[in-house]
Amino acid sequence: MSQSYDRGLVEDFGRWREFSAGMWAWVFHKFTGWVLVGYLFTHIAVLSTAISAAGQSSEVIAANNDVYTTVIVTLESLLVVRILEVGLLAVAVFHILNGCRLLLVDLGVGLDSQDKSFYASLILTGAIVVASVPTFLAGVF
Amino acid sequence: MSTQVPETETETEAETDVEHSEPLAPAQEERMRKKAEGRAEREERARREAEERANAEEDTYHLKVFRFDPEVEGKQEPRFDDFHVPFKKGMTVLDALIYARDTFDSSLTFRHSCRQAICGSDALFVNGRQRLGCKTQLSDLDEPVRVEPLPHADVEKDLVVDMDHFYDQMEAVEPYFDADELPDGELEEQRQSRANREKVKMSTRCIWCGACMSSCNIAAGNNEYLGPAAINKAYRFAMDEREGEDRKQHRLNIIEQENGVWRCQTQFSCTEVCPKDIPLTEHIQELKREAVKNNLKFW
Repeated sequence: MSQSYDRGLVEDFGRWREFSAGMWAWVFHKFTGWVLVGYLFTHIAVLSTAISAAGQSSEVIAANNDVYTTVIVTLESLLVVRILEVGLLAVAVFHILNGCRLLLVDLGVGLDSQDKSFYASLILTGAIVVASVPTFLAGVF
Repeated sequence: MSTQVPETETETEAETDVEHSEPLAPAQEERMRKKAEGRAEREERARREAEERANAEEDTYHLKVFRFDPEVEGKQEPRFDDFHVPFKKGMTVLDALIYARDTFDSSLTFRHSCRQAICGSDALFVNGRQRLGCKTQLSDLDEPVRVEPLPHADVEKDLVVDMDHFYDQMEAVEPYFDADELPDGELEEQRQSRANREKVKMSTRCIWCGACMSSCNIAAGNNEYLGPAAINKAYRFAMDEREGEDRKQHRLNIIEQENGVWRCQTQFSCTEVCPKDIPLTEHIQELKREAVKNNLKFW
């Protein structure tokens, strides 16, 4: 309600320490949503190398030397990319689980335990991400 | 709510020494008397010191109160004042503020009226949360207790904020009962079914304190947004079956506009802070569903 008025200490950014579960859920949902939108662009950029790869001769494709395969293999050999993939999974899983929570909220189901379902989605995200680490990081070291 | 125990008189009993029953030599007696006097004095001093220490440490609460006064030159810069208020059992934040104002600084300004969580005057930002001063026990809070005016509202002075915008939003949803059809007889009652009364029960409890509006992140950045309290008011009347279809349609038209229910992003901040425990988010969500149902047509 007051954009033009500086109240100093009352409205500073340090207030995040006082956020409750619902607020954190919203913040994380926004954040993961934007990360996923950002990923969409890189995803399309990488996959679109398949267009130029399709124009290459069949021998090159059979020898796995086409643009698309080279790009994918190069990316997957980088440790940074593997770690980013784990992060991507974390972001996607949280967004999915919290999305289900929001679906329940929209339907008016279990609004009293919305904080518990947020914690549950956090824990579940953590578990899934930890379990995925061996798969994602295998063979890169 | 103020639940102070009535003050009780503490009696200090004068101790009488009845040790010396048999007579002693005058010099000895004199010495004994001096010794006893010295002892009594030491004990008295120790007792007084202990009392002072107890007063200073346990029995006072440290309040840090936001101060700001645009009309006084030296007070235009927002600052925090410290008050050490003697604690009584059952003391609320409002009681402490009243004590601080009456005892330490009569220029300390805040709204209060009923002191029992009905008038909705004293919504404050206490230790990082919107609370009613009269409903918050000091003993539940960590020291120092930070008392600030409601965030996202213009401060007029100290803890007093401008409520005009909040009231405008409340009035925008036409918060009064207005039935399509009145009963025939002059003295006929407009009866509500028990089930319907139960449905709107929680929403009728709003005391217009503005705590929810202040806690809402969306309302903070968007002055057009009706805000949780106003939508809750709209819910109270839109769900009232006695008003009739036309009226309900009109109410839905108000709340389903761009800055009506659809601005809510279910952060649950309002539900979290509401001093009357109104399930605000639940009501907003139900109105969203009503709005969708109202506009979905299958043909």
